Amino acid sequence: MNTASAPLDFAAAGAAGRPLLSVRGLTKNYGARLACRDVTFDLWPGEVMAVVGESGAGKTTLLHCLSGQLAPSAGEVLFTRRDGSRANLYAIPEPERRRLMRTDWGIIHQNPRDGLRFGVSAGANVGERLMAVGARNYGAVRRAATEWLERLEVDTGRIDDLPSTFSGGMQQRVQIARNLITHPRLVFMDEPTGGLDVSVQARLLDLLRSLVTELDLAAVIVTHDLAVARLLADRLLVMRGGDVVELGLTDQVLDDPQEPYTQLLVSSVLQI
Amino acid sequence: MDTMIDIRGLVKSFCLHNQGSVTLPVLRGVDLAVAAGECVVLSGPSGAGKSTLLRCIYGNYKPQAGTIRVRHDDQMVDVVAAHHRTILDLRRRTIGYVSQFLRVVPRVPTLDVVAEPLRRIGIPVDAARDRAGDLLEQLAIPERLWLLPPQTFSGGEQQRVNIARGLAVRFPVMLLDEPTSALDAENRARVAAAIDDAKRRGAAIIGIFHDQDFAAAVGTRRFDVVPMTQAA
Repeated sequence: MNTASAPLDFAAAGAAGRPLLSVRGLTKNYGARLACRDVTFDLWPGEVMAVVGESGAGKTTLLHCLSGQLAPSAGEVLFTRRDGSRANLYAIPEPERRRLMRTDWGIIHQNPRDGLRFGVSAGANVGERLMAVGARNYGAVRRAATEWLERLEVDTGRIDDLPSTFSGGMQQRVQIARNLITHPRLVFMDEPTGGLDVSVQARLLDLLRSLVTELDLAAVIVTHDLAVARLLADRLLVMRGGDVVELGLTDQVLDDPQEPYTQLLVSSVLQI
Repeated sequence: MDTMIDIRGLVKSFCLHNQGSVTLPVLRGVDLAVAAGECVVLSGPSGAGKSTLLRCIYGNYKPQAGTIRVRHDDQMVDVVAAHHRTILDLRRRTIGYVSQFLRVVPRVPTLDVVAEPLRRIGIPVDAARDRAGDLLEQLAIPERLWLLPPQTFSGGEQQRVNIARGLAVRFPVMLLDEPTSALDAENRARVAAAIDDAKRRGAAIIGIFHDQDFAAAVGTRRFDVVPMTQAA
């Protein structure tokens, strides 16, 4: 297994000097049942990592632990603040963790229903997060919301419509706009294109890819779709039964998998 | 002359865990150095490991032993031992890789497919599209196709889009895996001219070309990749 033991020789590469997120020995069990065990990796600014594996492999539990939503049973998650200091996610006071969740990272759920408020308009959904971090000028918030909806290619003429009147693909765009409006540095996505038609999925993938490049976003994406992982992610973390089986560059893991389970996973994909 | 690629004692085999853990040896002890301005043509029968060698240099395959040092800025970086951050940076700025097939997000306009590698090194969108347009023109992709996604194009057109994308960044090191397999003579000549341009500006190139005339025209020397069965 090639986890975090690679030599640190990236200084000359002009890469930002320290990881944005460091995960050390993260373990989560529900009673006797183990959800994920001893997960260790670093994620650098601007880097996209996909977490793949069958359902039940522990992907979503891991994502919840990383994003401050679920306290791990053991191990730690360190996040580098904008001033360079590091916050141990489950040791800092609750208010700071909540503030980081609003300002520094975004969480995009597979089902837009979990990430949007269906009782208020698309524009309010997008503007809300900006107001949660202190924006008070209605005109400015509405302008920013309009801009972000436009950037996600949502018809801005529909800014006052309720999310329920949008298609699934459009709801997902509204959810992404809602997350990006506060300029997070790290975004967590759980099957972001999961419930969408392939045609909608392709366009959204391209949009996500260019946003990640333009905004220098780091992201952790849970998916069971290896093709999505190949198109979006720099690195791939393969999980099985709660364990990390393999971690490496996406194309290297997919084209030259080292572990028996990864070889099986890759060889099981239908070629089209 | 500046050495751009320096490979020593490269060993690569594949272990197929789910097929009785059969091990397929492919490369055993490859040594190859390539200088700036050279175009080394890999020769050897199909299955000898030519593509495997290119993929090892790109960090796509993991060798079991040996070193692959590539000039990155002013340092020689060993791809085999490098941190993943370094490999990603090598691929952004130093090593270009053009395969036989175009593999990109569906439904993206051709112009943006070609401009994308430039965007990744921070070139503004307009400048990136301008350069993409120049390359598409050089490779004779008609302008009326530029805003269409390449998935609908013919094999030869897709291959030229792939080459334009591969050439967009002026990489110091280029790996070409049968980039002309679906091209007619006229288009092969266009690609040959582009490769000659790259050589003149000092790129080090390693290529696999099934067309012998093409290989002779662009290559500065040949390197034989010997199949393991014969080497044993």
